Amino acid sequence: MFPRIPMLSYDVVVVGGGPAGMAAAIRAKELGLNVLLLDENDYLGGILPQCIHPGFGLHYYKEELTGPEFASRLAKRLVELGVEYRTAARVLEIRNYSDLEKVVIFTSPSGAYQAWAKAVIYAAGARERHAFEIGIVGDRVSGIYTAGEAQTLMDIYGIMPGKEIVIVGSGDVGLIMARRFALEGAKVKAVVELMPYPGGLARNVMILRDFDIPLYLGHKVVEVRGKGRVERVKVVRVDENLNEIPGSEFWIEADTLIISAGLVPSVKKLKALGVEIDSATGGPVVNDRLETSVPGIFVAGNSLLINDLVDYVAEQGELAVEGAKEFIENGGIESRKWVKVEKGENVRLIVPHYLSGDRDVYLYLRVARPMEDVELRIPEIGKRMKLPVVKPAEMLRIKLKAGEIRKAEKLTVEVVKA
Amino acid sequence: MIYRFTCIVCPLGCSIEVEMEDGKVKEVRGCTCPRGEEWAIQEVTNPKRVVMSVVPVEGGALPTVSVKTAEPVPKEKIPELMKFLAKLRLKAPVKVGETVAEWEGIKIVATRGA
Repeated sequence: MFPRIPMLSYDVVVVGGGPAGMAAAIRAKELGLNVLLLDENDYLGGILPQCIHPGFGLHYYKEELTGPEFASRLAKRLVELGVEYRTAARVLEIRNYSDLEKVVIFTSPSGAYQAWAKAVIYAAGARERHAFEIGIVGDRVSGIYTAGEAQTLMDIYGIMPGKEIVIVGSGDVGLIMARRFALEGAKVKAVVELMPYPGGLARNVMILRDFDIPLYLGHKVVEVRGKGRVERVKVVRVDENLNEIPGSEFWIEADTLIISAGLVPSVKKLKALGVEIDSATGGPVVNDRLETSVPGIFVAGNSLLINDLVDYVAEQGELAVEGAKEFIENGGIESRKWVKVEKGENVRLIVPHYLSGDRDVYLYLRVARPMEDVELRIPEIGKRMKLPVVKPAEMLRIKLKAGEIRKAEKLTVEVVKA
Repeated sequence: MIYRFTCIVCPLGCSIEVEMEDGKVKEVRGCTCPRGEEWAIQEVTNPKRVVMSVVPVEGGALPTVSVKTAEPVPKEKIPELMKFLAKLRLKAPVKVGETVAEWEGIKIVATRGA
């Protein structure tokens, strides 16, 4: 097809060398598949090598690790098994010729290649929302970073991005970066959160108290001013409908603005393939093998939906590749009567979207708003689970038995008062 | 003096209040389990944290090695520990899990190789 580009051939090509991609490639090798793993960074691990705080791996390795430790365990296993991988490999395009003929075109320091595969696992992670996306206007100055950029600078390259910091967003990433800045001697002048409640887990919210960092709930940063470098940012209070309250503006002096306004699944190359996207997750619509609407294209990790635990990301990588093996052996995932999963009361997003009923599955879901003393219900099969607290910040993971799924035409998942 | 916080021992996230009098715990309210109570008392009387940072490394693939304390450190001593870490310099090779320094009897462990 591309006569001048060297051609490689595999059962499976995995795009992305983070936890989802590495777990997928490891499982592929264990299952006897011929696999190639590609990552655009110079090192494996995705964002994990820069996530130097603890809290990783409690489910997957049954012990608490830091991000780099989690990544190095996966990388060690990958090397032990002799999985073929290439770093500094940039995927330009994925083409779908037929069900069992995909081609991944990539460049690497040794040139361009076309890697043919029967199935592709897409595990390219997510991107961060940036300043323009959340409506911040003002001067085009240096000193504006996303939280992940600041983390890369500090925790990979050992460079401090600034001294006086304002952080937009109180999700886990924003809070963890607030701690990193404070620990390294910078002054965190404010964490500004749009919603009336903090976005992160309680143990991370505690960071603010540890370092006396002011948290402005129900506020937003609307403007940045400075000559060459950030000098001050304008903050405004919002009402319950998130509309700005006139006259409530104030300025905070700072040399650095950190945007931690959430992640968006990276799906550009999937969209180019014609994969159907779920507007709630921002990731593709998938069945219980994590196969997208394009047969043989599987997805895992934060490209599928934004996860809060790396353990689930790795689990999805394994699941996707098990699906790919079945796909390759049977020339497709057998078409069947799929049971559709629907969002009921207080469910903002849920994955997977279609269940076969011939295997047990984990449903991953997030609620739309915090609630106490609730029940997760699936009325069609009479399932009820008591939950003392639900929060949008914490993803729920529910196991369903194959037998339960088979009983229904569709499944509606709702979170309601007990 | 009353301290209020959200318990982090488990995902329930109970709202705990610890009442102190003359530097002693008088009452703990809002806990639904003994683990939470124990944590809340420790949090008020002797809070400890595992500390992490990065240390410059010579000759590695990346310019820094990430490190953590092998055990939690009393909170008020953290700034002192950070000053100690800021002066550390390492040379490759460094292995994950290797003790790269010791500070007041607490091991500093590499969490990334170089």
